[in-house]
Amino acid sequence: MTQGDHPVGDTQWPLWEVFTQSAPGKPHEHAGSVHAPDAELALQNARDVYTRRGEAVSLWVVPADAITASSPSDAGPFFEPGNDKAYRHPQFYKVPRGVKVF
Amino acid sequence: MDSNAALVDFLLGLGDDRLVLGHRLSEWCGHAPILEEDIALTNIALDLIGQATLFLGLAGDIEGKGRDADALAYFRSDREFRNHPLVELPKGDFAFTIVRQFLFDAFGYHLLQALAESAHEGLSGIAGKSAKETAYHLRHSAEWVVRLGDGTEESHVRAQSALDEAWRWTGALFVPTPAEAVLAESGVAPDLVGLESVWRSSVDEVIRNSTLELPEALPPTGKGYRRGDHTEHLGTLLAEMQSLARAHPGATW
Amino acid sequence: MPQKNTESALSPEDAARLEAFEAHVGKGGYVEPKDWMPERYRKQLIRMMSQHAHSEVVGMLPEGNWITRAPSLRRKMVLLAKVQDEAGHGLYIYCGTETLGVDREELVEALLAGKAKYSSIFNYPTLTWADIGAIGWLVDGAAIVNQTMLAKASYGPYARAMIRICKEENFHKRQGYEIMATLSKGTPAQKAMAQDALDRWWWPSLMMFGPSDTNSPNSAELIKWGVKKKTNDELRQRFVDLTVPQAEAIGLTLPDPDLRYDEETKHWNFGEIDWDEFWTVVKGNGPCNKERLEARRRAHDDGAWVRAAAEAYAAKRNGHNRATAA
Repeated sequence: MTQGDHPVGDTQWPLWEVFTQSAPGKPHEHAGSVHAPDAELALQNARDVYTRRGEAVSLWVVPADAITASSPSDAGPFFEPGNDKAYRHPQFYKVPRGVKVF
Repeated sequence: MDSNAALVDFLLGLGDDRLVLGHRLSEWCGHAPILEEDIALTNIALDLIGQATLFLGLAGDIEGKGRDADALAYFRSDREFRNHPLVELPKGDFAFTIVRQFLFDAFGYHLLQALAESAHEGLSGIAGKSAKETAYHLRHSAEWVVRLGDGTEESHVRAQSALDEAWRWTGALFVPTPAEAVLAESGVAPDLVGLESVWRSSVDEVIRNSTLELPEALPPTGKGYRRGDHTEHLGTLLAEMQSLARAHPGATW
Repeated sequence: MPQKNTESALSPEDAARLEAFEAHVGKGGYVEPKDWMPERYRKQLIRMMSQHAHSEVVGMLPEGNWITRAPSLRRKMVLLAKVQDEAGHGLYIYCGTETLGVDREELVEALLAGKAKYSSIFNYPTLTWADIGAIGWLVDGAAIVNQTMLAKASYGPYARAMIRICKEENFHKRQGYEIMATLSKGTPAQKAMAQDALDRWWWPSLMMFGPSDTNSPNSAELIKWGVKKKTNDELRQRFVDLTVPQAEAIGLTLPDPDLRYDEETKHWNFGEIDWDEFWTVVKGNGPCNKERLEARRRAHDDGAWVRAAAEAYAAKRNGHNRATAA
C-alpha cells in the first residue's frame, strides 16, 4: 500500500480521557488521554501509558465524547456568583480567642 | 546430575526464555500497529528482560564461576541456551506475536505461580514478583487473542494460522529436562504434568471466546529441546544480540 | 471551535476579541481548548505541536536500531524504556493537538504522506553504540532546553504535556551522558567510538533549534502569543553553554575550532552552522529521510488490519450488548 491509499474507515480508534489516583484516599485526577477500541483496552492502554513509573493505584477511563464541559462563555454566570459568598468559608466566622473549634 | 547443577540448568532455562522472548518483542519497538500498542509491547519486553536478568543472575551466583547475568546472556553460544523453541521463532505478524505470547504467558503464569511456592527461597522470591507481572501480560495477550479471533475475517484467518504454527511448538513446554526431574523431587520446581492441565484449561477458555480452533492434541516434540537443540532462528538472534558485546570482550558499558 | 478569522477582514467583534486575547497571553495568561483564539494561533499550534509529536515518534527509529544489540542487559532495558517514553511523549502531544479540533488520524496521515515535518535530527543514521550515548546527551539535551521553555507555553494542553515530558525526560539525557562518560574512560576503541559519535552529532544537534533568528519567519509571532518564550538563537546559545563543560568533563572534544569563551558576554562563541546541510535535510534529502518515513508507513500499513479487527470486535460487542439489553 502506498501513501494516501489507506483502507477506508481506518482510524486511530476513539479517544478516552484517563484519570489516575496517585495514592489511596486521594482523588482521581485527569492524567491525559489514550486511543482505544473499547473499555478494556482503554484501561490497559491507560495503565501502560500513564502508570509506567508507578504513578497510580487506580484508574478511570471515560469516552472523551461522554464528557460535558462548561463553556468559556459560561465562566461568568457559572462561577462568579460563588466568589462573593464569604459565609461559605470558615474564615467568615468569629471565634473567641484561644478557643479550639476542632 | 546433582541438585545444584540441576538448579543452575533450570534457572538458565527460565532466564533464557524471557531474554529471547523479550528480544522478539523488542523488535516491535517503533513498528507496532498503533502507538498505544507500541508502548504496551515494550512494557512486556521490559518486564521479561528484567525477569531474565534476575533469573540469570541467580543462576550465575549458584554456579559460582564468577559469571554474572551479562556474561551468561552475551557469552554463551546457541548450544548452551536453554530456552524453549516457541520463544525463539521470528516475531512474524502481529497475530503470531500475540498468539505465541498468549501461549507462553499462560505457561509462564502457572509456572511462576508454582515456583513462588518453591522450596528454594531465592527462586521463589523472583518467581513471586515475576508472576504478578506475568498476570498482566496474560491479560493483555488473552484480550488481544479474542479480538483478533473474533474481529474481522482477515484477523481471524491470520490468528488461526498463527495458532496452528505456534501450537506445533507447545509440546516442548511439557517435556521435563533431566534437571526438572531432579528438582521436582526436591520440591524446588513443579511437576510439568500437573502444569499442563492448568495451562490447557486457561488456553481452552480464551480460545473458545476467540472463535478460533485449537488443534486437538499437543504435537509430538523432539527430545533435545532445552538441552542444546534449537530451531535455526536462535543462532541469528544471538549473533545480533551478542555482536557488540563480543566485539569488545572485557569492556565495560 | 474557534471562529474563522482572516487577518485582512476582521469584524469589529473579532478585532476586540483579538485585542483581549493578545492582552491576556501578553500577561502570561493561559489559553484553554474552548477559549476563543485567533485562527492563526490555532493553526500555528497544530503545526508546531504535531511536528513535535511526529518527531517523538520518528525519533524512536534511530535509537530503536540498537535495542537488539545493546551491549549489556542494563543498557538494553534503559534504551527500551527510553524509546518507549518517546512513544508516550508522541502520544501525549498528539492528544494535546487533538484538543485543537484535529484528529490524530489526520495528523498521522499528514506525516505518512510526507506533508508534515519532524525534527531533521532523526534523519541521521545511528552507526555505532556510541551514537546512542550521543543522542541521549546531545539530542535529548537540546530537546530539554527547548521543552523547558515550552512547559510555560500559553496553550494549556501543550504546557501540561511538556511538564509531564520534562519530568520523564530527565533520565534520557543522563543515561546518554553516562554512556559517553563510560566509553570515554573505556578501551581506546571505545573512546574513539565516543569521539566519532560526538563529531557526527554535534552540528546536527545545534541545527535542532531551527534557523537563526534572522531567518525564522514564525518566531516573532509565536513569542508575541506566548507559545515560545525565547528565540532559536537564544536557546541554541544556552545549549552550547551547558554542553561545553560537560564535554570537557569527560575528555571529549567538540568538533568546532572556533569555540571560544567570551569573558564579556559569559557565553561560548561557536562557529558557523552549515545551513546548506540544514536545508538539504529539512527538504527531505538527508541520509535517512526516506528510510524513516518508509518505516513509519510500513508499521501503519501492516497494522491496519489489527486496528480494524479491534474496532470490528468492539462494534460486535456493542451490538451484542444492545441486543441483550432490549
